[in-house]
Amino acid sequence: MQEMKQTQNADQADEILVAEDICKYFKAGKKQTVKAVDHVNIRMKRGETLGLVGESGCGKTTCGRTLMRLYDPTSGKIYFEGRDISKLKGKELLSFKKDVQIIFQDPYASLDPRMTIGEIISEGMDVHLKNLSAKEKEARVMELLAKVGLNAEYANRFAHELSGGQRQRVGIARALAVEPKFIVCDEPISALDVSIQAQVVNLLMKLQREMGLTYLFISHDLSMVKHISDRVGVMYLGSMAELADSEDLYGKPMHPYTQALISAIPEADADTENTKDRIKLEGEVPSPLNPPSGCKFRTRCRFATERCAQEAPKLRELRPNHFVACHLYDDNGKLQGELKAE
Amino acid sequence: MKQGTTIPADKFRIIGINEQESEALARKRIGYWQDAWRRFKQNKIALAAAVILVILIFFIIFGPMMSGYDYEAMDQSAINQFPSAAHWFGTDSLGRDLFARVWQAGRISIIIGLVAALVSSLVGSLYGGIAAYFGGTVDDVMMRIVEILLSIPYLLIVILISVFTDSKSLGTMLVALTLTGWCGIARIVRGQMLQLKQQEFVLAANALGVSPMKIILRHMIPNTLSLIIVAITFDIPGYIFSEAFLSYVGLGIQSPQTSWGALASAAQEKFMFYPYQLFFPALMIALTMLSFTLMGDGLRDALDPKQRK
Repeated sequence: MQEMKQTQNADQADEILVAEDICKYFKAGKKQTVKAVDHVNIRMKRGETLGLVGESGCGKTTCGRTLMRLYDPTSGKIYFEGRDISKLKGKELLSFKKDVQIIFQDPYASLDPRMTIGEIISEGMDVHLKNLSAKEKEARVMELLAKVGLNAEYANRFAHELSGGQRQRVGIARALAVEPKFIVCDEPISALDVSIQAQVVNLLMKLQREMGLTYLFISHDLSMVKHISDRVGVMYLGSMAELADSEDLYGKPMHPYTQALISAIPEADADTENTKDRIKLEGEVPSPLNPPSGCKFRTRCRFATERCAQEAPKLRELRPNHFVACHLYDDNGKLQGELKAE
Repeated sequence: MKQGTTIPADKFRIIGINEQESEALARKRIGYWQDAWRRFKQNKIALAAAVILVILIFFIIFGPMMSGYDYEAMDQSAINQFPSAAHWFGTDSLGRDLFARVWQAGRISIIIGLVAALVSSLVGSLYGGIAAYFGGTVDDVMMRIVEILLSIPYLLIVILISVFTDSKSLGTMLVALTLTGWCGIARIVRGQMLQLKQQEFVLAANALGVSPMKIILRHMIPNTLSLIIVAITFDIPGYIFSEAFLSYVGLGIQSPQTSWGALASAAQEKFMFYPYQLFFPALMIALTMLSFTLMGDGLRDALDPKQRK
């Protein structure tokens, strides 16, 4: 225990963002609440990419937006570079916002149709880099456009004149304009053509190398997340089901949900694709208004036991750097008893 | 490959390519409004409508002075005269010069149209903006009020107001028309603002730390303004027509003051014998309404950057 604490302290220096037990509940109607994010813990190292995957509506986006204070967390603490930012207000919140930016999913909705690309990109500079002269601002817009692979000529155009991929590049340039350290990529590629997806992901990776950025990469495209992420977290109904190094998670998934997700990734080779075992998940995601008791996944889990219905599993480190929230394993990561699939 | 078709290598010359400049060229940097004006100019019909409106307004301002007759002056020796060199639009049953009267009437009609549209859009925008900004219960209550107001027939309101105030002046007309007129714009503005609030570019501005005031000024208003402008241009002919209708049925402007609707109403009795007395005010009403509507159409296209070709 003592040892663990020490290593934690050593790690803390390059931990850029730590979220402890954050919750974000939304009121739905008069009596009901949606637990969009329910006691999630996240630790992110500087310069890494953490992938966040899960089905639609599992709280990935809410989680990302809560981490950057676009939403105020219902409870829990968020530390950014060691500073608690979960309650910041006014000027301090503003200076935090300079360090954290977001790239949106829909490149059509995320750019103001009445503004030119140049105006869109310089919007953040007007807030955070006020002492720049108009000329310096324009030069910086050009520089940013070049950085994301767009011609300087685009500065005078309107968003609707650009293609989806180009718009997403503008979105990236807007985020970069304020020199952030941490960027939440909220499904930045899912609205794009496959050929463009690769370009945008490669651009994001290039920028990360050049500028030492930290990414929270939210997506439901498992293979793309594997490609870009150092570590991957799997969310289900607002809770973290499994969190591990990318290779480890894709190679040896432990949580039954992760196993099902990973078995669903299509293979390029037709023979392996046809012969491989695919775990089919039965049923739909339960309504977040009325989640199942105990483990939220139990209604769709092949191995669910009585215990799963009664007790919510905690996220435990079962292998080094491999966290799982499941009752099937004991504290050493061994399977308990025999698994009986129904 | 045949000898004759090959082109010797020395005929080719590398001229090079500069990727950075491959897309440079293109148009000057222009802002949103300049771009809108450029697009409006390309729409010939809308431009023609705007020109007609300018001409109409010119006559409305200077017309009454041009004929040399006072619009109230009666001339018993020249009643019901057809258009002639002396009276360009003819005279009415009291011998008043119609040219002067038509433009004098235009003043009233246009003032009612413009003022009513401006007042109701100002009130409506504020009301709708507040409802959308606060949302929740405030929004619910405010919108129910609008629905109740809209459910009252405006003719009833006009009659009630003219009975209550015991006058049928310009002011009473304006009050009557704007009392419920703003509801439509309030709904439009609220709808648009609510939609904008959810848009990701507003969220992005929020993430950048842009202040709420600036978000409203830079994102919300510009994205609603074109809608309001278009609504105004469509509202003006609506009010002009309402006024004409009210004057026609005798609830509007009273003699000797006059409006296009009142002129048409007076001319209608002798329409069989003196059709020109109805023709001129009716023509003005039709021209004004058509021009405003066509111009509004053009404005809507021009103010929407997505229409840019």
